[in-house]
This record gives sequence, C-alpha cells and structure tokens, in this order.
Amino acid sequence: MKCDVCENEASVFLTQIINGQMTTVNLCEGCSKAKGVTEETGFGLAEAFLSPAQRSEDSMEVVCNACGFTASQLKKIGRMGCPECYHSFREGLDGLLRNMHKGTRHVGKRPASVGGTAPQLLPRQRTAVVREETSSPPPPMPVPAPAQPSDVSKLRADLDLAVKEERYEDAAKLKAEIERLQPKAPSK
Amino acid sequence: MMRFATLIKNPADWMKGAGPHSDIVMTSRVRLARNLRGFPFPGFSQERQRVDLLEQVRPVVEQLPEMRDGYSEDYTELSKIRKQVLVERHLVSREHAARSSGCAVVVDRKQSISIMINEEDHFRIQGIRPGLNLHSAYELVDRVDTELESGLPFAFDSKLGYLTACPTNLGTGMRASVMLHLPALVLTEQINPVIKAVGKIGLAVRGLYGEGTEALGNLFQISNQHTLGEAEPEIIAQIEKVIEGVVRSEQNARAKLKEDHQTMLQDQVGRAFAILRYAHVLSSKEALNLLSMLRLGADLDLVGNCDRSLIDMMLLEIQPAHLQLNAARELSPDERDSMRAEITRARLQSIDGPGSFPPSQSTQGGLPSAPNDE
Repeated sequence: MKCDVCENEASVFLTQIINGQMTTVNLCEGCSKAKGVTEETGFGLAEAFLSPAQRSEDSMEVVCNACGFTASQLKKIGRMGCPECYHSFREGLDGLLRNMHKGTRHVGKRPASVGGTAPQLLPRQRTAVVREETSSPPPPMPVPAPAQPSDVSKLRADLDLAVKEERYEDAAKLKAEIERLQPKAPSK
Repeated sequence: MMRFATLIKNPADWMKGAGPHSDIVMTSRVRLARNLRGFPFPGFSQERQRVDLLEQVRPVVEQLPEMRDGYSEDYTELSKIRKQVLVERHLVSREHAARSSGCAVVVDRKQSISIMINEEDHFRIQGIRPGLNLHSAYELVDRVDTELESGLPFAFDSKLGYLTACPTNLGTGMRASVMLHLPALVLTEQINPVIKAVGKIGLAVRGLYGEGTEALGNLFQISNQHTLGEAEPEIIAQIEKVIEGVVRSEQNARAKLKEDHQTMLQDQVGRAFAILRYAHVLSSKEALNLLSMLRLGADLDLVGNCDRSLIDMMLLEIQPAHLQLNAARELSPDERDSMRAEITRARLQSIDGPGSFPPSQSTQGGLPSAPNDE
C-alpha cells in the first residue's frame, strides 16, 4: 500500500474513530515521523491529517459521550473533562502516558469495592458478574471498538443536558435511573 | 466544628513536633487526588454541578472520625486574606484558594490532614508530618481515603488506576513531597549539582510554595513526578532514599562550613540576628533569608537559647496574609515590611545574641565567594 502523502510504501497504518466513523491513514516511515505521529501525544493526529473542512467541529471531532469534552479542548488544556474521557480519548493515550510515567499500568492501591478485578471504566462491563476475592491479574483493557454510547453514559449525557436546560424533574429521574444501573460502592 | 480563629491560634502538629532529621527536613507531605464516578471534573463542570457535589460530599468528609472537632469552611464564607493564610500554612493549594463557589476545605484539629473539595480534582486529601516521615504521612491519607471510598464511588479503572483531571496524576493520584532547609549547600555553592542529580532520577525540585515559586529562605521542595506504573510504597521509599542522600550532603556541607569557614559562618549568623532583632523595615525575601541563617545558627548551637520552633513559627508569622490577619485589615507592602520587622524585633527580644564557636585548632577563613550579601 502506498503512503497517503508521498509515493513510498506505507508501513504505518493508523485508524481513528471520530464520532463513530472510521478514518484510516496510511503512511511511510518518513512521513509518519514528519507528521509527528509517533510523537508524545498522538492527539495531534486528527489535526495533522484531516483537512480543515473535515476538522470542523460539528462533524469530525472526537467528543466524550459522557461530558461533551472535545479532543481539541483536551489538546489545549492538557486535562480531561470527566473520568469517562479516559475511555473516549483512549486513542494515543498510552504513548502520552509512557512519556509521563514509569509505566502505563496502575500497580498501586485499589478500592476495596474493586477487589483487584473488574475494570470500572466501561459501565456496561460492570453489569457482568463481579468476582470477589480473586487474586488473578486484572484483565486487559477492552479492545478498542467504535465508540458506542453505553446506556449509562447516554443517560449521563441526558442528565447533563437536563441540568443545563434546568429540567430538574427529568434530571432527578435520570439520576435515579443511573444509580439503579450503576449502584454506589457498598458501604461497610 | 472549630472556628477559623481557633484553628490559626494553635500551631499545627508539624510545627511543634520533631521528626527524623527535622533540623534539615521541615515537613513531609503526601496528597491523594480522587474523583467521583459520573461527575465532570471541577475544571469542566458548571458552578451548579460543583455546588451540588459539594453539598453531597461535604457531610461525608466532615463525619470522618479524623475530622471530629475539626475545621470546615465553604470558600464563599472565607475572605481572600483567610484563604491566603491557609495557603501559607500549607493546608490548601494556591490554585484552590483562587476558587470560590462550590469549594470547601476540611481540616482536622491537629492540622495534620486537610481535604480540599473541588480543587483540580473533586478531592485532594493531604497529610503533613514533621521531619522526614513520608510513611506516616501516607498512612494518614491512606486511612482517610479508605474510609471515604466506603461511602463514595471513586472513579477507578483497573488499568489506569484512580482517574484524575490531569493525566500527570493518573494511577496512584499520589504526590509525596518533602520540604528541605539547605542553607549550607547554598552557601558552599553545591546546591545546583544536587538539584540536577535529583531531577535526573525523575523527581521535581521546587521553591517554598510549589510550582513556579522561588527557593526563598533556602527552602526546597522535592516531590515525585511519576504516579503511574509504581505502587505507593515504592514511590515513597525511593523519595526517602533520595532525601537521605540530600540530608547527608547538607550535613557534610554544614560540617565543612564549621570546620573551614568558621568566621564567615559566625558573621552571617550574627548579622542575621542583628538585622532581625533591630531592623524597622524588612521585605519578605530579606526576612526569609535572614531567618534561614538564624535557623542554621540555632542548628549549629551558635544561638544559645533559640528554639527551632520559634524560628519556624516566625517563618509563618512574617508572611503577607498572616501579617494582615494579625492586623485585621489589608496592609500596603510598605506597611507589611514595617509590621514584619516589628514581629521579628519582638520575638527575638528574649533570645541571647549568637556567640562564637568555642576556640578550636581549626583554621579560620572566609568562603572564597560568599553569596547572599543582603
């Protein structure tokens, strides 16, 4: 396969999911370096390859389903909008973390409610049976899949909207629904 | 709960107590960043969301056994000066003090634990101990964190750990930092290689009040930069090991000063005392540097009846917000400089002036290029 930029053979293939649409970029080694693909953040990717028209905010930007935070906001302030953002912006995250930290996997304290297993990041996985008292290593992060709003994050987005529009009755209902689907950690 | 006046009237536990190496290590602090699942981080939430969150979690924090009879305040109830006093006491961060609606701080009665609500993260839990004692500071915050997590759903991911607003805090969410007083390394011009060496192992060196502040009064903060990929005890053990090394360097530098540059040392300490004791105008920078020399003199038994904790208390009292709180009004910089001198004059009244080292066989001589000639 040819590089999208020059005529050389492509060796770097990048797939990004932007608002549920898959965008693939093929590059040769030289161009991938020139475009900074393998660099620290990886967040500059969309900017490096998508034409200005494609980049326009309304259509192509990665947005967190839970809080509405955008990739360009992340790039600008270097901070996430909400805990779910780590899932929404997981593309390129490992590279960023590798530059920042000793490793990319947490090995420290875990909340008792997590019990050393059950990834908490994806709400829909939490409905699976949570094994208790297991010493098996934590399962790997789920394979990145096209962003699919989970029930809970959809509800949360609705909740945010309801709060923004000051529809408090709706907000209360949504909040109750979220709590039902995602119960709080059991209190001792 | 405790009133602000009561909180400030009492010296914190870490100011009274002594810990390992407390002649060189002033404090050990550990803070944990925690967030609630399902809520946007404070920097990306609306005021109403922050206020809602605060209302929900503040009672939970206040009811912690550690916080019994503690101090708890909503920032909308606190004046600018009072918030700044909390910053000068290291109970809240400068960033947090700059915020208002939806923010609060809860402090235990010994001022060993403070919990900031809606800082950059929903919770910043801090523990502070005298001397080199990061272990014990971590035990404090670890216990509080475990208690809080039984009632609050913290955002945690199996791979990434505790999820924080800034990816630099991801994982353990833990920042362990140590405040060091290193006058001899500065006087003997060995401080820069030490800072460089510490930086190379991935630790950060900063001034008195954290990020971007100058190292006034020969005070330096050393803290970890990595929070992901290592467990809390490993991070703490590594920092303590590095600090032990810095402490040894400072001890050696002090011994060298005492041995080879006695006259210069006695002169610096004597001048510091004289100015603090008799001056009528003192800038913050000058006072901090002079107090640093006086503290060094006290550590080396040059200033007979001067207790280190008296000097450490003065280090707080002479800072801008403490001065203004004491005066019960806002002060212009000129007024502060004269008020500052009034305090050091009064506090040193009962202290005998510094003497000389007992005569010894050691050679006397000045430092080739003595810096700090204010």
